[in-house]
Amino acid sequence: MSANGSHENEYEHYEAVVVGCGPGGAAAAARLAEHGVETLVLERGVEAGAKNVSGGLIYAEDSAPYTIDDLFEGFREAAAERPVTDYRIHNIAGDKVKTYDLTDLHEHDTDWCDAVLRRKMDSWLQRRVHEKTSETGGGVLTNVRVNGLLREDSEGRVRPSEQSSGRSPRDGEIVGVTCDELDPIEADLIVAADGVNSELAREAGLMDWEEPDEWFQGVKAVVDMDPDAVNHRFGIDDDEGVAHLFSGDLFEDVRGGGFLYTNEESLSIGTVFHLDSLVAEQAEPHELLDALLTHPVLAHWTGDGYDEREYAAKLVPDSKKVAHREPYRDRLVLVGDAAGQMQAQGPIIKGMNHAVTAGALAADAFAITRGNADPEAAGRRYAKLLEDSGTMAKLRPKQYDLARTVAERDAVTNVVDGVLESPIGRVALGNPLADRVLERAYNSPLVVSMLPDTRTGYTTVPTVIGEARGKSIRWKNDAEPPSLEERIGDLTYDTDVGNPHIELRDDSAEASGAAVYACPVSAEAFGGGCYRTEQVKTNGDEETVVSLDTQPCVECGTCAIVADTAWEHPRGGKGVEFREG
Amino acid sequence: MLTKGVPDFSEGAVSFDEDGHLERGKTPTVMNPNDAFALEAALQTRVRHGGHVSAMSMGPPGYGDVLREAMESVYADDTYLLSDRELAASDTWATAITVSSGVEKYREEVADVDLVFAGFKTADGETGQTGPQTCWALEWPIVTHVIALDIDPDERRLRAKRLVEGDVDEIETVEAPLPCMVVTDPEFEPTYRKAAHRLTHKELRAETQERAADHDEHLTTWDHVDLNLDPDYIGLDGSPTIVSSVDPIPKAPSEREATMIDPDDGAAMEPVLEELQPFAGGD
Repeated sequence: MSANGSHENEYEHYEAVVVGCGPGGAAAAARLAEHGVETLVLERGVEAGAKNVSGGLIYAEDSAPYTIDDLFEGFREAAAERPVTDYRIHNIAGDKVKTYDLTDLHEHDTDWCDAVLRRKMDSWLQRRVHEKTSETGGGVLTNVRVNGLLREDSEGRVRPSEQSSGRSPRDGEIVGVTCDELDPIEADLIVAADGVNSELAREAGLMDWEEPDEWFQGVKAVVDMDPDAVNHRFGIDDDEGVAHLFSGDLFEDVRGGGFLYTNEESLSIGTVFHLDSLVAEQAEPHELLDALLTHPVLAHWTGDGYDEREYAAKLVPDSKKVAHREPYRDRLVLVGDAAGQMQAQGPIIKGMNHAVTAGALAADAFAITRGNADPEAAGRRYAKLLEDSGTMAKLRPKQYDLARTVAERDAVTNVVDGVLESPIGRVALGNPLADRVLERAYNSPLVVSMLPDTRTGYTTVPTVIGEARGKSIRWKNDAEPPSLEERIGDLTYDTDVGNPHIELRDDSAEASGAAVYACPVSAEAFGGGCYRTEQVKTNGDEETVVSLDTQPCVECGTCAIVADTAWEHPRGGKGVEFREG
Repeated sequence: MLTKGVPDFSEGAVSFDEDGHLERGKTPTVMNPNDAFALEAALQTRVRHGGHVSAMSMGPPGYGDVLREAMESVYADDTYLLSDRELAASDTWATAITVSSGVEKYREEVADVDLVFAGFKTADGETGQTGPQTCWALEWPIVTHVIALDIDPDERRLRAKRLVEGDVDEIETVEAPLPCMVVTDPEFEPTYRKAAHRLTHKELRAETQERAADHDEHLTTWDHVDLNLDPDYIGLDGSPTIVSSVDPIPKAPSEREATMIDPDDGAAMEPVLEELQPFAGGD
């Protein structure tokens, strides 16, 4: 008998299944519902936003076909924090700081831009999406993890894909999804909006976790602050906010930078680095964050009474390299981070806006091609809409492809850096004329979109600017950020005891040792993190092996790239739960 | 769905007097914890097959709060309280007579009933008798210790798995015709493997939150006259059970003495380590 009421091979069917209820999934689902499509949204968090982290700025671009407030009326008032009304970059060399106003770049093509905290934002979106999708026979379900694809073979048999470490041979047309908590579900459209570590994108063979240079890693602290203190310290009103960026030598040679955004009652302060650079420099992400948090430049803002609400981390795809030009296979389409749609436009990072556009376009593509017998009709149309709307050109700028072929060679970097660091270079960068030129260059969308990913742009130029033009600041920053142990202790976890979601396939230091420092919740000589090294004696020999405990995992995906793992998300509702995000 | 209010025996809530007698007045009344499993079973059945769920209890007027709690967890449409001075001090027998009359009245005046759910033993009496006795009075089949169930609406049959405890726990699969009574085991776990069921569940929850906010409007109270019961057969007069006395369980005498040692005190720890030495593995 069947006590759970299921019958074999009679799967539930929805017209569309959307996996993930972040901005990309929410936009897709809302737009599908507007087209009258029966839409089921599956979210693995206890609530949308519980698994989501971002630096914290969402843009509404003038040129975008869809913005989030188009799709969700009242978004800015109900779900966002403060708008950004002042945008600056600080070039730092030691205690010298030279600040440029980046407002022109920030305002280029920008209708509005708000700071957000993802738990608040995404959970609000979830409620709206549930209202909209309920009207067309669907809805949002939380605590459900989609773990794979349902496929139909040439004889018409429908069954789950072979599950082998997240990658499987193509063994039939994609016709649905499989879940940890539910029986398989068939759908005419499957929207993978399951984030940067999309298991569906990897199972479909559309994305991988191979090259560290295709990714950034961000870590962030949300710092508690009374709204009056935010206003007073930044010289703003309740309906104003600031965005500050930081670059230069405060992160030594690690390529990347820092940010500070004002929320209604807190600050989001974080750092974002190229993952390959973190690995090459053997840098500890939490220490780089602390270098920013304790720098004199922050003394007036957070220097006294530093109170950290939450520490979080996230992997960021570099769309210039990984944004998939044809993000579909069969009935599956990828949107947002899952498709690598995260644009780093020089210092400005835009991700959520592109996810919203992509989600809505995927929905439109399905509506246009509804009833077409070709399973890839919607996917093909979606890719065309991404291209025609100019979205793909923003994600993968042509000028970058031209510039990188020359500029990202080490020899070029070394020569350029050598000149810049020489007395001539210092004079050139350091004179008042250069100052104006540089401020303009920073503010040029064209120039910043072609900046090569070398230490020149991230470290050398800002450092020389800071040294030559900067003023020394001697403020005292008394902030004492929590230790990594305290940060982990403050996070909320629902551990899936006895069922770790990451398996270390190769525990040698060569294969997986990088995770010990690159993982944002692990550190050399810290035993309480995910990864650690141990000396093991075998037959008189002593070797170093890496061991893993997934309990403190923040599900960022770093180790999927820098270590040899079989990486999956935890089951629905399990693992870390972000309260701020 | 049958439920009962019991003293809250949780740490900090429960209160005993010097002789070890429960102080009912000082101990809050909550829904019998084991009834939660029956509620889950009723809810799962409703989510899968639709229908109307009512919760019924017998007790003083204050038990309305217990029924509100039941409504909130089973998403019941309405609640029924069998309440009357004449019903006070009923034993399991008198309770079963009363409750079965409540079910019969419900069938006659409200709606026909396919299933009655009850929990496994109450936290105060621990008899496990009321459910089966009620069912006997109704002359229905009963399936106890249920850990999973489903209904075949076409055949009008219940299919269930029940946990049979013995030297080795066995799981028995049984069928019963409707109407019948289900007593859930604490091992019962609801399963919702269909997205549609989870969406229904979510919808019911949203509806119930509104309903439970003004629970009194959905509560019907019946006394012995409503139930057409002879006072001689209910309450204390109708209860054949006599509890002569209750003795506290004596504490087990301690046979060993404990000595506290500071683990940092090396000298004091030495004899301990010597004692443990023979038990340590390896060299």
